[in-house]
Amino acid sequence: MSVSRFWRKQVNRYNLIGTHCSECDEYYYPPRNMCPTCRRDGKLEPYKFGGGGEIVTYTIIHTAAEGFEHQTPYVLAIVKLDEGPSLTSQIVAKSEEMSIGMRVKPVFRKLGEGSDRGMIYYGTKFIPA
Amino acid sequence: MREVAIIGVKNTNFGEMWEKSLRDIFVEAGVGALKDAGVAGEDIGSMYVGNMSSGQFVDQEHVGALIADYSGLARNLHVPATRVEAACASGGLALRQGILAVASGYEDIVVAAGVEKMTDISASSASTALAAAADREWEGIMGATFPGLYAMIAKMHMDKYGTTSEQLAEVAVKNHFNGSMNPIAQYKNKISVDAVLRSIMVADPLHIFDCSPISDGASALVLAPADIAHEYTDTPIYIKATAQASDTIALHDRRDITTLDATVFAAKKAYQMAKLTPKDIDLVEVHDCFTIAEICAIEDLGFAKKGQGGKVTQEGETAIGGRIPVNTSGGLKACGHPVGATGIKQAVEVTLQLRGEAGKRQVDGAEIGMTHNVGGSGATAVIHILSRNR
Repeated sequence: MSVSRFWRKQVNRYNLIGTHCSECDEYYYPPRNMCPTCRRDGKLEPYKFGGGGEIVTYTIIHTAAEGFEHQTPYVLAIVKLDEGPSLTSQIVAKSEEMSIGMRVKPVFRKLGEGSDRGMIYYGTKFIPA
Repeated sequence: MREVAIIGVKNTNFGEMWEKSLRDIFVEAGVGALKDAGVAGEDIGSMYVGNMSSGQFVDQEHVGALIADYSGLARNLHVPATRVEAACASGGLALRQGILAVASGYEDIVVAAGVEKMTDISASSASTALAAAADREWEGIMGATFPGLYAMIAKMHMDKYGTTSEQLAEVAVKNHFNGSMNPIAQYKNKISVDAVLRSIMVADPLHIFDCSPISDGASALVLAPADIAHEYTDTPIYIKATAQASDTIALHDRRDITTLDATVFAAKKAYQMAKLTPKDIDLVEVHDCFTIAEICAIEDLGFAKKGQGGKVTQEGETAIGGRIPVNTSGGLKACGHPVGATGIKQAVEVTLQLRGEAGKRQVDGAEIGMTHNVGGSGATAVIHILSRNR
C-alpha cells in the first residue's frame, strides 16, 4: 500500500478512532464518511473506541498473504468491539489460546512493511484480555 | 421488456495453459460460441466481457477493445465491447449486462463472455491480485487472504451449526467426481474425504483441497431475443430471471458471517421474477470458491435449511441423481476458477444440461437450472434462472 494511502488513516489505525452517528446512535469502525443507516441525514463525528471486544470468529493462516510470509502461522480474527462494530485484525496469541467469544484488548504493533527499504506500517492488533 | 434466450455456448479447457495467452483463449471461446449459434460477426450488436484483473494478471487493461480486435470485430465492424468487473462475479455480471441489452431492445444479438489468464504470474502474486476483491485497506492490510476470510466463515458455521471438516470435504469429493466427467475440467481426478483432510492446511479449518485453484480459461455465450431464437437453434435456452445484489465489501461488516445476504436477496428477486421456488430447480451451479462457500450457497439459495448444508451434502442430496444436483461441471473446485470466466461457464454448463448435451454428467430430464456467482467474500451476488421451456 502506498505511503499516502496508509498515512491518510494513520491516526484512526493507531488510536482505534472510528465514527459515531448521533442521528441513529450507531458506531462504525473503520471510519465512514456517510452513515450507512441514515445516509445524508446522518451526523457523523469521530469516536475513539474503548478497545474492549470479543472474538466473533478466527482462523490460523498457514499460507500467508504477500509480505506476511515470515509471520506464519498467524491468527486472524473478526473482533466485535463493545460499542458494536466489528473489524478484522491479527490476534497476538498462540492458536491454542484462541476460542470464539474470548475477550480481547488492543495493542500497538507493527502491521507490515512496504518493502526492504519501504515504510513500516504500524497499527492496532489485539491480545487476549 | 423482451424475453431473452441463449442460442450458442462455448467453454475453452480450464487449467494451467502455459502455451496460450489471454487473447488466444478468449478468441477460442468467442469463435466457438458464434459457431454453436450459427451467428456471423456482422450480426453482433455488442459484447460484454467479464474480467476481474487482467491489469494485475497480464499487465493489460482495456481488454474489451483488445478482445473485439482479436476476434475480428473491431477494425471493420467496430462492435462495441464493454469489460465488466465485480471480482469473481465479473462473468455473471457480464451475462446480466448482455441480457439487459437484449431485453431493452437496444441490441439483438449480444455476446456475453468471460476470461481470465491467471498463471502468467506466480501463485503468490495471483493470490495478492485476488485479495484485492476484499477490502484492501481494512482486511488485506491485516494479513487477510481469501482462504482466510472463508475460513472464518467456516469456523463460525462449525461453531454455530456443528458443521464438520468431513462435511466440508464431501463438497470437494463430489465436485471432483463431477469434474472427472467434464472434458474441460482442470481436475479430472477423483479424491477421497481422507485425501482432503490429509492435504496441507491453508487457513484453519480449510485445507488446500477445500480451495478452488488458480486457472486460465474463457467462456462465451450468445444471446438473442426469444422471438427469433428458433431461427438460430432448435434448442434455445430461455432466461427466466436475472438478479443481482450487493453487500458490505468487508466480511466483518456483515449482518451474519455465515449468511451471504447478497445471495439471499438476489435469490428472492430471481425466484419472484421466474415465479418459481427452490423445489422447481432441477440443478444449480453455485459459487464454490471454497467448500464452505457451497454449503452456505445451498442454504442461502433455499436448497437446505440454514445450518444443514453440510449434512445434506454428506447424505448425497447434492450429487448427480440426488434431490438437487449441485455443480455438475465440477464447480470452481474441480472444473477450475478463471475468475472472470466462471459466471459465464456456469451458464454454459446449465445450458448444456438443459439441452441434454452434458454427456456422462447429464441430469436426467433437467428442465430448469440456476447459476449463482459471487464476488469477493459476498459483496456481490448474481443469480440466473434458465429454462428449456419458454
